[in-house]
Amino acid sequence: MTTAEEHKTPMGYGRMHRKEDPRFIRGHGTYVDDVTLPGMLYGAVLRSPYAHARIVSIDTSAAEAHPKVRAVLTGQTLEGLNLAWMPTLSQDVQAVLATDKVRFQGQEVAFVVAEDRYSARDALELIDVEYEPLTPVIDARRALDEDAPVIRDDVEGRTNNHIFDWESGDKTRTDEVFAGADVVAKQDVLYPRVHPAPMETCGTVADMDAVTGKLTVYTTSQAPHAHRTIYALVAGLPEHKIRIVSPDLGGGFGNKVGIYPGYVCAVVGSIVTGKPVKWIEDRSENLMSTSFARDYHMRGEIAATSEGKILGIRVNVIADHGAFNGTAQPTKFPAGFFSVFTGSYDIEAAHCAVTGVYTNKAPGGVAYACSFRITEAVYFVERLVDVLAYDLGVDPAELRMRNLLRPEQFPYQSKTGWEYDSGDYPRALEMALDMAHYDDLRAEQARRRESNDPNLMGIGVAFFTEAVGAGPRKHMDILGLGMADGAELRVHPTGKAVLRLSCQSQGQGHETTFAQIVAEELGISPDDIDVVHGDTDQTPFGLGTYGSRSTPVSGAATAVVARRVRERARIVASAMLEVGPQDLEWEKGRWFVKGDPEAGKSIQDIAMAAHSSLELPEGVEGHLDASCVYNPPNLTYPFGAYICVVDVDSGTGQVKVRDFVAVDDCGVRINPMIVEGQVHGGLADGVGMALMQVMAFDEDGNHLGGSFMDYLLPTSLECPSWRLGETVTPSPHHPIGAKGIGESATVGSPAAVVNAVLDALKPYGVRHADMPLTPAAVWRAMQGNPLRTDLAIT
Amino acid sequence: MEISVTVNGQLYQRDVEPRLLLVHFLRDELGLTGTHWGCDTSNCGTCVVWLDHVPVKSCTVLAVMADGHRVRTVEGLADAAGLDAVQQGFMECHGLQCGFCTPGMMMTARWLIDHNPEPSEEDIREAVSGQLCRCTGYENIVRSVMWAAAHDTGRGAEPIAERAGADTSREVQA
Repeated sequence: MTTAEEHKTPMGYGRMHRKEDPRFIRGHGTYVDDVTLPGMLYGAVLRSPYAHARIVSIDTSAAEAHPKVRAVLTGQTLEGLNLAWMPTLSQDVQAVLATDKVRFQGQEVAFVVAEDRYSARDALELIDVEYEPLTPVIDARRALDEDAPVIRDDVEGRTNNHIFDWESGDKTRTDEVFAGADVVAKQDVLYPRVHPAPMETCGTVADMDAVTGKLTVYTTSQAPHAHRTIYALVAGLPEHKIRIVSPDLGGGFGNKVGIYPGYVCAVVGSIVTGKPVKWIEDRSENLMSTSFARDYHMRGEIAATSEGKILGIRVNVIADHGAFNGTAQPTKFPAGFFSVFTGSYDIEAAHCAVTGVYTNKAPGGVAYACSFRITEAVYFVERLVDVLAYDLGVDPAELRMRNLLRPEQFPYQSKTGWEYDSGDYPRALEMALDMAHYDDLRAEQARRRESNDPNLMGIGVAFFTEAVGAGPRKHMDILGLGMADGAELRVHPTGKAVLRLSCQSQGQGHETTFAQIVAEELGISPDDIDVVHGDTDQTPFGLGTYGSRSTPVSGAATAVVARRVRERARIVASAMLEVGPQDLEWEKGRWFVKGDPEAGKSIQDIAMAAHSSLELPEGVEGHLDASCVYNPPNLTYPFGAYICVVDVDSGTGQVKVRDFVAVDDCGVRINPMIVEGQVHGGLADGVGMALMQVMAFDEDGNHLGGSFMDYLLPTSLECPSWRLGETVTPSPHHPIGAKGIGESATVGSPAAVVNAVLDALKPYGVRHADMPLTPAAVWRAMQGNPLRTDLAIT
Repeated sequence: MEISVTVNGQLYQRDVEPRLLLVHFLRDELGLTGTHWGCDTSNCGTCVVWLDHVPVKSCTVLAVMADGHRVRTVEGLADAAGLDAVQQGFMECHGLQCGFCTPGMMMTARWLIDHNPEPSEEDIREAVSGQLCRCTGYENIVRSVMWAAAHDTGRGAEPIAERAGADTSREVQA
């Protein structure tokens, strides 16, 4: 084992090099498109050019006549197999291949299987589809209008585009608090539609063995076990005959949680042709058809005293779910965990009402490192606090400090029903302000405003609280599958170990982090521990990696299973040392006799003895192996304070992020190097969403962000050198005190960047403008005529 | 079309369609899957390889354009004696997470250090600005390249006489 630097943490192995890296830096990773099987064929999807149209006819005869085409599937083919529609993760159905209508631009209409990649694409052009265009519903705010076309007329009796209404908090009490408040600040806030856009797009290699009946699916999946169960339910295949293999993933960020029509078509293609079928979507398909994120239209109000004590928050949300309700969140939470919108503040009452609507856009909503809609909640409340600061004429950092929850209030029962496990918020904000030299920045800003500097300076503050690591299973399930995760730990006779996990890494370094947990708990080197994941035939059942679940749930499972192994080792050691188990004491890597430290046995010696002919006492049949299912008692609540400094060119509206300070508290850090990497990536997300990324639509429903030419992601030039700080407030209920970190920065940073830009525009009387704050959007805001960023209308 | 391409020092002769992209030639014909594909528009740079010592986006080069030329991919960075300093740097400084953009980033980094042995942070940011990474926020990529420059043994470097500018390889793209 090597370490990048000598920096020991509470977890002991600290900044060790990642076990994954040797293969990746040599180009020896195995991503789905790297999987090649004998006789493999290639699939391609024909997609709708229209956002809303009736299918009059589909003629596939020319495609079928192509010499290299082996099969062409349409909705009609799939209807014959009862597979034209599939269940979504939100109790809705989604068309695998369209039968009656197309409902968004890019929707799947036909699937070609051919002998090579290029021929499959060629054949798409030979399919003739006649459409009858219909009026699309593009503006979510108009989706419930009386005269809005009904998108989901596949459901008998449906007369509108309403999906659900959902509420949280105490409306009566909140209204009372608002009625008695000195100040009420109102603001409409849009979190526009964005896409996680991992560098690797989604794809599948499906391989049905006609003899054994075993279906092996190599696929981009953050939740392989959930995918297996869903395939069993969708296709009616016996679950023990399905093996999902999610190999190395080139990023996920929520994009690889769902099951997409292309996957199902590849499976059907393999069944029909008797050959393995590979389908890899291209970038436009990825951006236009797979899980988008956000699209929350929030009408908010915040009530306070004239001294700036926040009393209450209320919000009404229109949630655009696209043409099928395909969001991925726990069943009882149709708006995800949006109800943590009370944020990090000590308030008296809160209420939210969310209405989900269908539009003629791709399905999804929960993706992109959002922690089940906490991105929207945090952005909303942090914008509203800044609007309040604007109205009161109070410094936004000072206003936050006055209202943050205090350490002695934890565990804190929020007004919308959450129990925040631990926190020291003022300490984190103070650290961020010190690191940013906040007072100096404000002084510089005052000087520059005084001198009418055309290069405007803005300072943005954001504080966030996350709730990550779903379940407990009693409250949280997806499609009826309780949100818990399994772990199995085998210790071989020579003391080397294999850990098998139900979650799956998309780049977070699970093979390293989880080996470090076992190493810490058992005192064996991380080099002597292999972590197996991503293969349902090789790992225990569990719900997978999203919503920053891995460390809170699978990390806990790993610690628990390692402790079980340790207890089994104690019994074996007691036989070896001929004393009672209660007479033994543990130190890292060995059990020894209390009061006689020389009389002890190492975990390696114990492992060998456990496999030997030694007569073992009751409690151990042999070997040390153990398993567990971890059902989290509560979520973990990481938090942080972010400060962003921007320069805005008043002549062009161009924003430059000059500095970014991020203080994160995710409890105990297992590998601080990996934690910091997670934060860096999320901060770049924040800059991208705040300033560049948006998927807008024109009035015909054309997707205006369908390639990287139009959907702009931040490069090395838009990102500053991030400055990180940390505080450590362990989670009281997690076995090693850790909290999730994978999404914190994506959740917290957009508000810091937007608040900074709007702070720069304050002299222009700009109180709010919606993301992304492109030069055009900034310019329009400065002219007092802000853009509607999600639609191409002026 | 019959083409002969030297990839990582080994000569390959294949009969390919004129429209075949270099990235697909490398991945599907030669099985060199270390080079990845990430977009269709030359924006993401995950497919960067060297064509006669110049980094190119191999999704925007036809395989037939490489006929008679030399290509270097991530699989050609390390040699029998060990890793290139760039590879070591990415591991030392956590310059990769999912690993998908990494081969392209490393190929650009190797080229940069060959031509600018002591790059500044700005030099590095400029050099990789045509490539996207969704995991690292670029911070540790910059640090990795800095580390590589500081620890470069020249093992992975191209001989100076063969570098771009020292020959006519740029004309290949014309």
